[in-house]
This record gives sequence, structure tokens and C-alpha cells, in this order.
Amino acid sequence: MLEVKKLAKRYGQLTAVDGISFNAGRGQTIGLLGPNGAGKTTTVSIVAGLLQPDSGEVLIDGAKVTSDTDPVKLKIGLVPQDMALYEELSARDNLTFFAALYSLAGAKARSAIDEALKLVGLLDRASYKVSTFSGGMKRRLNLAGALLHDPEILLLDEPTVGVDPQSRNAIFDNLETLKKRGKTLIYTTHYMEEAERLCDRIVIIDHGKIVANDTLQGLHKLLPISNVLAVELDQPDRLKTQQIMELPHVETAELKQGVLRVGVHNLSGDAPGLLRWLSDNGHTYHHVSSEQPDLETVFLTLTGRSLRDSS
Amino acid sequence: MIQFLALVRRDLLIFFGNRKAVMVSIVVPIVLASFFGYLFGGRRGEAATSKVSLLAIDQDGSDISRGLIAQLATESTLSIKPESLETARELVRKGKATAALVIPKDFGRDAGQALFGSSAKPEIEVLYDPSHNVEVSMVKGLLSGAVMQTVSKEMFSGPAGREMVNDSIARLIDDSQMPAEDRRALRNLLGGVRDWNERLQSPQNGASQQRLSGGLRMPYSTREEAITSGRNIEYNGYAHSFAGMGVQFILFMGLDVGIALLTLRQTGLWQRLRAAPLSRTMLLGSRTLSAALIAGLILFVLFAFARLVFGVHVRGSLPGLIGVCAAFSLMTAAFGLMIAALGETVDTTRGYSIMATLFMVMLGGAWVPTFVFPAWLQKAAMFVPTRWAIEGMDGMTWRGLGLSSALAPIGVLMLFTLLFGIIAVLRFRWHVD
Repeated sequence: MLEVKKLAKRYGQLTAVDGISFNAGRGQTIGLLGPNGAGKTTTVSIVAGLLQPDSGEVLIDGAKVTSDTDPVKLKIGLVPQDMALYEELSARDNLTFFAALYSLAGAKARSAIDEALKLVGLLDRASYKVSTFSGGMKRRLNLAGALLHDPEILLLDEPTVGVDPQSRNAIFDNLETLKKRGKTLIYTTHYMEEAERLCDRIVIIDHGKIVANDTLQGLHKLLPISNVLAVELDQPDRLKTQQIMELPHVETAELKQGVLRVGVHNLSGDAPGLLRWLSDNGHTYHHVSSEQPDLETVFLTLTGRSLRDSS
Repeated sequence: MIQFLALVRRDLLIFFGNRKAVMVSIVVPIVLASFFGYLFGGRRGEAATSKVSLLAIDQDGSDISRGLIAQLATESTLSIKPESLETARELVRKGKATAALVIPKDFGRDAGQALFGSSAKPEIEVLYDPSHNVEVSMVKGLLSGAVMQTVSKEMFSGPAGREMVNDSIARLIDDSQMPAEDRRALRNLLGGVRDWNERLQSPQNGASQQRLSGGLRMPYSTREEAITSGRNIEYNGYAHSFAGMGVQFILFMGLDVGIALLTLRQTGLWQRLRAAPLSRTMLLGSRTLSAALIAGLILFVLFAFARLVFGVHVRGSLPGLIGVCAAFSLMTAAFGLMIAALGETVDTTRGYSIMATLFMVMLGGAWVPTFVFPAWLQKAAMFVPTRWAIEGMDGMTWRGLGLSSALAPIGVLMLFTLLFGIIAVLRFRWHVD
């Protein structure tokens, strides 16, 4: 369905995208995960035809987009990161305009608009001006605007930025529905939970390069650890993570917001020794739990940096 | 076609959905054009011009000085009142009066003697507000006429004048520096004046008294005729002010179109538009058409208002006026696109474009007619599109010119449209930042 081959894009001295390649089959959801500035939006912009790459190519069903009016563009729907709506127009007027951009008019357009509004749960607010909508409603309408011409590939550039958890869940539900309908979704995010929930494959990007491209399970296999021990310390300021890293069997150590997270291979074998070392060295704690490593840990392992710190 | 119409419709919906924008684009120019039209004469005789406020300090107190003040008081353009020197200075300094005339002691006597060159000329001091240079020139002109009339009246028909003539003749006899021939000729002339004066004093000569009671007068009068679109069709100042203000506000609307496009490029909407299968011609062309339609509509409303309320008629060619308005509307739209193409950031572009727009408006003659410009600036204005727009509109309205006179403005405006359009297409950054 979608083939991205060795894309590169430079702005002066800055290499925004450096040899990015991935494929997406029909009905697949590919997550592009990385911190802000990693090159996700540039990649999506090239795929959507908004930017010309310096090298590499994008094929949609084997065809390249050759001009502004190329019919291949009809197979793509773009949900930009910035809200792409006219605040002064009603939701229906916005969608009528977006439908017309794809030559949809009359009954066909009305039907597509109603269906899109129904999917995102805004049918009853169709005649309201967008300026009266909440942030979450605008995000859902932003998504609806890309669905009218029934594209096969949806490019979603951080579609949940700045929305409340309820709206985020609503958007996830919409995307899952679209996935069931066989749409190919390319989803950029720097939220690991979103990538974990939605994506069949995850492409981790950092500094314009792909550092991993696999399924969630496959990415976990890349980790040198299988478990994380989380210890909530009474006086976290007294502890240096370097001290923990020097202990035997410790693979990773991170101290954030009073919680020490230590990656180990064998939780039952390694945890008692670690907790004993903390007690012996005067580091008291009030809560201990174990966690499965997540994409944050994967990113940390692969890049040496925290995903959220980077963003 | 669906796409093109949708793009145009969207622009119109957004413009007319924004009441503030409509207000600024239509109501404000109407108000300003009405105001300026009224100030600059409006319909003939509609605006009563305010009188020049003049103060008179009479240090002479003679018949001549009193007569001079009375003569100036008869001028319809002056409002004159007596005042002391100190108060007059203070009032002029504060801008409460335009000028003050200080008539010195013995002015009447000295002026009478100076009339025939036998004495030094007395000096009337004019204290004036430097911000009213034009009015002061007018006051000096009126003063010259009034002095001539008042002094000559006294010399030819007043008792003081008779004494002065006698005195002049006596001094002439003692003047050894004047050649004898000249002295004799002047004595004869003054003797004639004295005889005339005495004759007028006689009660039997009422008719002559009447005839010369006003003194010497200008030996000519003028008759003015404003050359407009036809005989007996009076000039309507609102025609020019509505053209000027219309041009100004439409240019600002064009500037807004450019800034809006520049802003749009930084939003998700631009990405959505570029992701759709739309050609660049369609994207820029639709915006040109919508901006031109809005501009044309604004001009139509302005001229319709001027016609209904102020009686501004299209005395020349209506197709010519429509052509000039259409060409100017297209030029404005292309100007907006050029701004969007050349602009970097919104803020800096706004600053530069406002400056450029104000220059175009000013040099185009929207504020003041171009004939008040110095010659070199009038030549420079030939390269300013607004000058052609205003000239074309004036020509088709109050000047009453035919369609052929609209062709040059239309042609020049279309050339500017082409130039701005080419720059816009060549320099427009199509890809997202």
C-alpha cells in the first residue's frame, strides 16, 4: 500500500530526515514514535506531498505523486498537527469546503459529511461554529475533515495534542473503527501509550534516523531487561543513579519524581539484593512495585535518552 | 470547477461573516469619504468655508485707518475685530486668531502723502500664525486693495485728503532736489486732485460724490466657471473623496489578503489545501478572484452610496468606470498575493506593506490631489498604480470623460496586475515550512 524508501531532507546544515524507510500494508497502523524534532512531521509532510525530499521516494500502490493534481493524492487523507479548521465557519461548512477540495458536491458530499460527523460524534453539533467547540471537539472535527473523500491511507500527525483524556479516548475509538474498515494509518506521536495501544508496528525515530522498526513484541525483545523494579524513595535527592548502575545485574537505572526504576533480567533473583543495598546505605523507601518495560524504556535503551526528556 | 468555486465561496463567506472586516472595509471609507468630501467643498456651496479671523490694532485713529478697517470688514472671507496690541499678540500665539494688523500712528497722513511719492511709505505690521501661511497671503492681497481704495477715497473726496494735497503741494514748492519739469507736472496733478476734491465737497455735485465715494477701485472684475462634465453641471467634491477613500481602503483590504495568506501558510489549513489535488494556479487564482470580487463590491457600495446620498453621478462612461474599478480590484488582489509571496514573517511584512500602501495612497492622490505635488513628484506618481485608478475614477465621474479616456488607466492597472502577479507566482513558497 505505502512504501517509503530512503527519504532524506536537509535544511541547510540540519538533517531533518536521514534515510527513513518503512512500509505499511492495507489495514495496518504504523506508529512513528520519537521526541519533538525527531523528523516525524517532516516524514509525514513528504508522504503527503507537502514537501519534496532531497532524495528517496514515496510509492502509493506502486505509484509516485508526480504533480499537485495527481489522482494518487486522492488515496491520502491528512490530519495535520495544527488545527486545520476555519473557526468562523460551522462544522458542516468546514466539511463542505474540504469535501469540495476533492470535487465532492451535492448528495454525495452531504452523505460523506454526515458519515464523518457521525463517526467523530459531532453530528448534533454540525451547525455550530467551530469557535464554540472545545479543544477535543476541534481535534475530532480535524480528523473528520480528512475522511470525506474516503482515503485509503490516513496520515495522522500527533492528532491528540492538547486534548483531555476523554477526547483522546474518543479519538482512539474513531481510529480503531477506521482500522477495522481497512484503512492504513500512519500515526506520529511522542506518547508511548498511544503507540502501544494503536500500532501494529512502531518506527522509532531519533535525530531524523530510524533506530528501530518492529512490532511492540519485537521491540521488547530488543531490551536487555525483562522487568523493571520501581522503588519510591523517602529521600530521593540523596541517591545517585550511577551508584545503582554499578551494582551487579543492573541494566538500567532512572530516577524521576522520587521513583527509582531499575531494569533487571531476573526480578525474583535480583530484587532482594538491590533492596538490601538501599537499606544498608540508608536509602529508605515506602513503596515497591514491578513493571513491564514500556516503549519509554525501549527508547531509553536504544538512544540513551528519555523520550519525554527529549521532547 | 467545484474546487475553484468552493475556494472563492469560502473566502467570501469568511469575509462577510466577519462583521468587523465588513465595517472597516465599507462603513469606515463611507464615513471618511463623506467627511473629506464635505471639507473639500462637497456639492457646490454646501460647505460654508470658515472666515479668516483677523485682529486690527488701530494706533492711528484717523479717518483713513478707521475706513481701512471698515473696508476689510466688508470682505466675506474675513472676520475682523479691533484689539489691543498685547492681547492681539497673545491671541495669535495661542492660535485663536490667524493674523493681526498693526496700523501705526500717522498711517493715514503718511499713506496719503506716499500715494503721490512725496513721502516714505508707512508700514503696516502683520503678526501671523505661521501655521496659516496660505491665509496670510490672502489677507495681504485683500489689505492691498483695501488700502488703495481707502486712501484714494480720502485723497479724492475727504477733507483730510484735501489738507494733505495742499500740504504736498506746499512741500513740493520747497523741494529743490526734484527737477523743475517734474515738479511742475506733479504740482499740476495735485492741483487737479485738489480741485476735484473741492468740487466733490460742494453740495451741488451729489452725482459725482456718489460716483467716487468708494475711492480708486480695481479696474477689472473676474468671472469664474468650473469646467466639469458640462455647462451648468457643478463640481461635486464627493466624487473625488469617494474614489480616493475607496482606493485607500481597498488597498488595505488587499494588504489583509496578503497577510492572511502569509498566516495561512503557517497553519494546518495550508497543509490540508496542499495535500488536496489542487493546482497552484487554482489556489492563487481563486484567491485573486475572491479578493477582486470583494474589492469590486466595496467600490460598488461606495459609489452607490455616493450617488444616493451625495448625488455623485457617473457623468462619463459607466462601462469605463466599471472597467477602471475591475482593473483596480484585480491589481489590489495581485498586490496582496505579492505581499504574501515576498513576506517573511507576518509582523515585518505587515509593517513594510502598510508603509508601501500608504505611499501608494499618498502618491496616488487619494489624500490630496496630485497637482499640489512638486513637478518631479507628479512625474514619479505616474509609476504609482493608485494614481491611475483615481484619475480613471475621477474621469468617469465628475469630469465626464468617455470610454476612450478609461483605456489608459485600465491598461496601466492591468500591467501592474500582471507585474505583481508574475512576482507572486515566481516568488511564492509553495512547500510548507
